[in-house]
Amino acid sequence: MADVYREASVREAARLPADALPRFMQETRGQLVRWLIHLRREPFNLLFALVQPVILLVFFGGALQRFGAPISPGGNYRAFILPGILALTVFGNSMAGGIPVLFDKESGFLARLITAPVTRSSILVSRFLAINLLSVLQCLIMLTLAALFFGVRVASGAAGVAALLGIGLLLGFGVTIISLILAFSLTGHGDFFALLGIITLPLSFLSSAFVPLDVMPGWMRWLAVLNPMTYAIDSMRALVLGGSELWSGGLLLRCCAALTAFDAAMLILGTSLLRRRL
Amino acid sequence: MAAISVRGLTKRFGDITALSSVDFEVREGEILGLLGPNGAGKTTAVRILVTQARPDSGQAQVAGADVVKNPTEVRRRIGYVPQEITVDRYLTAREQLSLFADLYHIPRQRRPRRIDELLSLVGLEAMADKPSRNYSGGMKKKLDLACGLIHEPEVLFLDEPSLGLDVPVRRAIWDHIESLRGRGVTVLLCTNYMDEADRLCDRVAIIDQGKIVAADSPAALRAGLGGDVVTVEPDGVAPAGMRAEGARSAEGNAKAEAPAELLAARLEAILDRLPFVRGTAREGPRLHIYVHTNETALPRVLEAASAAGISLRAVAYSRPGLDEVFLKYTGRAFAEAQAEELVRTSAGQER
Repeated sequence: MADVYREASVREAARLPADALPRFMQETRGQLVRWLIHLRREPFNLLFALVQPVILLVFFGGALQRFGAPISPGGNYRAFILPGILALTVFGNSMAGGIPVLFDKESGFLARLITAPVTRSSILVSRFLAINLLSVLQCLIMLTLAALFFGVRVASGAAGVAALLGIGLLLGFGVTIISLILAFSLTGHGDFFALLGIITLPLSFLSSAFVPLDVMPGWMRWLAVLNPMTYAIDSMRALVLGGSELWSGGLLLRCCAALTAFDAAMLILGTSLLRRRL
Repeated sequence: MAAISVRGLTKRFGDITALSSVDFEVREGEILGLLGPNGAGKTTAVRILVTQARPDSGQAQVAGADVVKNPTEVRRRIGYVPQEITVDRYLTAREQLSLFADLYHIPRQRRPRRIDELLSLVGLEAMADKPSRNYSGGMKKKLDLACGLIHEPEVLFLDEPSLGLDVPVRRAIWDHIESLRGRGVTVLLCTNYMDEADRLCDRVAIIDQGKIVAADSPAALRAGLGGDVVTVEPDGVAPAGMRAEGARSAEGNAKAEAPAELLAARLEAILDRLPFVRGTAREGPRLHIYVHTNETALPRVLEAASAAGISLRAVAYSRPGLDEVFLKYTGRAFAEAQAEELVRTSAGQER
């Protein structure tokens, strides 16, 4: 095959009937490289995105240490909220993940992309991979900081860290789809930023990020149960804190099932909404 | 076979009919200009042809494939350079071209050479590895054009390629477009610049209010207006009473004794009998001679004047522009149409 390519003109080579999969890989890789170049040219974005989680870990965790100690197994409130902070990091990243696509829509770049012979999903898949790579990086940085400065160890060890990241990805998947839906539905990035500002704070309090569900007022608990972040946090917390019920009680399984259901629902919703717009 | 063939293409946005049963063809290797004011329907037509939008009715085939039934095949064969500058400002020219090479499935081993070719074609080698946020508007447009050429498209769509560019950059872009002629690339170019259509296009389709009102070569469209005009002014003495003493003594020439009006009338009588003259009109001392569109008309007028012993003090040759063509086919001046269309479509969209 390689020889055929070398002989053919660019025009012919670009048309050679290749399998759909290598074509898809090539167009997705090309677009992923684009997002990674963005990240490399603006490395401070990675740091800015860490400002909020670090503040939560250092100041919020510090301020509430004495209040939070009784509800924190081992008495370290920072260990208790670390999973919440990780989930919020993933959530924030993924929610913002549609913004570059929205900018592409506004600038006309997207129109140009869809005039190329690419599979529509490659546009979304490349974005999804870039966002979640960033999320994994940020989670690893937060885990390292928490370990170095506050002695928070992941009780379940290296396998637990891998599981933490996997759960983060499960959460990130569905949230990224929401963000992409918004990117294609909203008219401008102003609306998008306004919406992000409005939803992030309440959703962090309507989850088990800072307090366990059973100490919340009943009505808040009911809302928190509907928040996919709660499931990511509860399972991550079990991995960080360890304990006897970690592998036995089926908590991990239940949470992962809930997150998978959330992802599936978003995927179905997203496919039907985005098919019309792409 | 036609590279682009459009039949009965219609597109509505709410109450606004952006395209109303448009028909046209673009022959292989031809540069066709779609000329019209903003909002005339040019961009709508292009968006359908590049498979971004679907027509309400009608058919369009591009490079042998149907834009509605087989959009992927169309996309493989066409290049599209939109009106807006669409460079990613974080990427260098080389990275950007590399992205487009992946989008068009150029095999990786062919990529470096193809990218170098394009960089040198548009003259961006020196800046190839600098992020495009530092580029001038002209450089970005050149990069845009190069991205549209990466896969050697059969048909290239250029929407307002020189919009907002300064004069030297416009010329450079025009040169690049002209260099495509003879390379087997068919070009459909949307423009609202008369001079651009005149300079680049083999044929021009004039579009107004969603309809094609005329389509022909720029020369033929102009010829339809009655050809070119030669205007001459004989070098005669000023009419009696207005004669200055100094001028009289300086003009000792006997031939110049007659007033210019008289000489113009004499010349008119001579020229009226010549076959290449379609008609004449006098305006004071000036004589307008309507000729068939033909560059040899001017020397022949000069010969006739000198044979009759009439010397000329001024000669002008003018060629009616596409402005006049637009006026003839639409009944309104181009600038006026431009303003009206903006009002008409401000509720809807041209995009």
